[in-house]
Amino acid sequence: MELKEFIENFASQFEDTDASVFNPATRFHDLDEWSSLTALSVIAMVDEEYDVTLKGDDIRKAETIEDLFKAVQSKM
Amino acid sequence: MAFLEFRNVRVAGFSAGVPATIVSNLRGGGVISQDYSEEDFVKTTGVLERRYDETHTTSDLCYDAAERLISDLEWEKSEIDALIFVSQYADYIVPATACILQNRLHLSTECYAIDIPLGCSGWVYGLSSAVSLFQNGHIRKALLLCGDAKRRVPFNDPLFGHAGTATALEYQEGAEGFRFHFGTDGSGYDAIMIPDGGARNQITLESFKEEVIDGRRYNRLQTRMKGMDVFAFGISTAPKSVRKLAEHFGFDYQTADYYVFHQANMKMNNLIVKKLKLDEAKVPSCMYRFGNTSSASIPLTIVTQLKGKVEERSTKFVCCGFGVGLSWGTVAFATDHIVISDLVECK
Repeated sequence: MELKEFIENFASQFEDTDASVFNPATRFHDLDEWSSLTALSVIAMVDEEYDVTLKGDDIRKAETIEDLFKAVQSKM
Repeated sequence: MAFLEFRNVRVAGFSAGVPATIVSNLRGGGVISQDYSEEDFVKTTGVLERRYDETHTTSDLCYDAAERLISDLEWEKSEIDALIFVSQYADYIVPATACILQNRLHLSTECYAIDIPLGCSGWVYGLSSAVSLFQNGHIRKALLLCGDAKRRVPFNDPLFGHAGTATALEYQEGAEGFRFHFGTDGSGYDAIMIPDGGARNQITLESFKEEVIDGRRYNRLQTRMKGMDVFAFGISTAPKSVRKLAEHFGFDYQTADYYVFHQANMKMNNLIVKKLKLDEAKVPSCMYRFGNTSSASIPLTIVTQLKGKVEERSTKFVCCGFGVGLSWGTVAFATDHIVISDLVECK
């Protein structure tokens, strides 16, 4: 699993946020488009792409996209 | 291992009652949440509109559904030996609503009647409890009444619709019956819960104080949900339960005619269907018009989506309910020559 690919997959869950906004250090909770509904899309994406089931706590504790990437990695 | 099999009993029919009042989730004015738009909510959950009123209790809707089904089946009420009522919203805290329904439906006093307070998994659990009663042939006809409607305090959540359903079951020597898989994970007991009003946290003035959760206001007598945890649970557990059932009983789950899942939310259900590689045409859904109706969702989907398609021919079903508890169950069964009543709209 590559961080670059993970960020692309993460970014594709957003419709209105420009792809250039997303990098390893992006604090995704602060994005205007982020909501509890986007969180469901991210959980679904991680389940489909990486066969990992994230919990609500994993999403809440991760501050940046890289934090979330590491959370997924630790469950693979 | 919670695998169960019961033979010599069949489904005779299905019916459902809903409030006549339709509430749309696209009303304008951001009433759904401070966090997301109404359009995004509908797109993610698939719930455009719901049936909702503060008049009909679950038992009222189940009563109307049961009366219609008994009449359509031309059953004698005196022949109904058992009534199981599945709901999280009983008419009273005490006594059991099944007792009230026995009397209201004019069933015999020689009637077995119990309540089961389960939610999304409730129809499958209730079905196993009902069909298990038939095993020695003493009980010949039973009603399984499932649903959730008017809450203990007013609660108009955009995800949930009100419905009460009736499933009629009857003894039939040699009938193939029902195969079940069940599971429970109480570590997630607080994923969907009403914190106050039970014996653990009795009602105090604090119970009425509102908190903001995911941009919506809830008091401690209203159902709150850890949406992300429930979502993760649903997409992993439901497909596994279907696969386990098929493996244990040695059948190919791809051979069923219809797969009826608890109508949780569209994103979750679509993912479950994808993971099981099911043909979408075989997976009916009613959440667009009725929302998540808890233990009513499986029979309500059959009544509203399959009426006119399955009654006269042999039809293989796989049905799976999953949610609050956390609790889940999957059942495989076949129907043949059943009655599906018209949807009852309660005014």
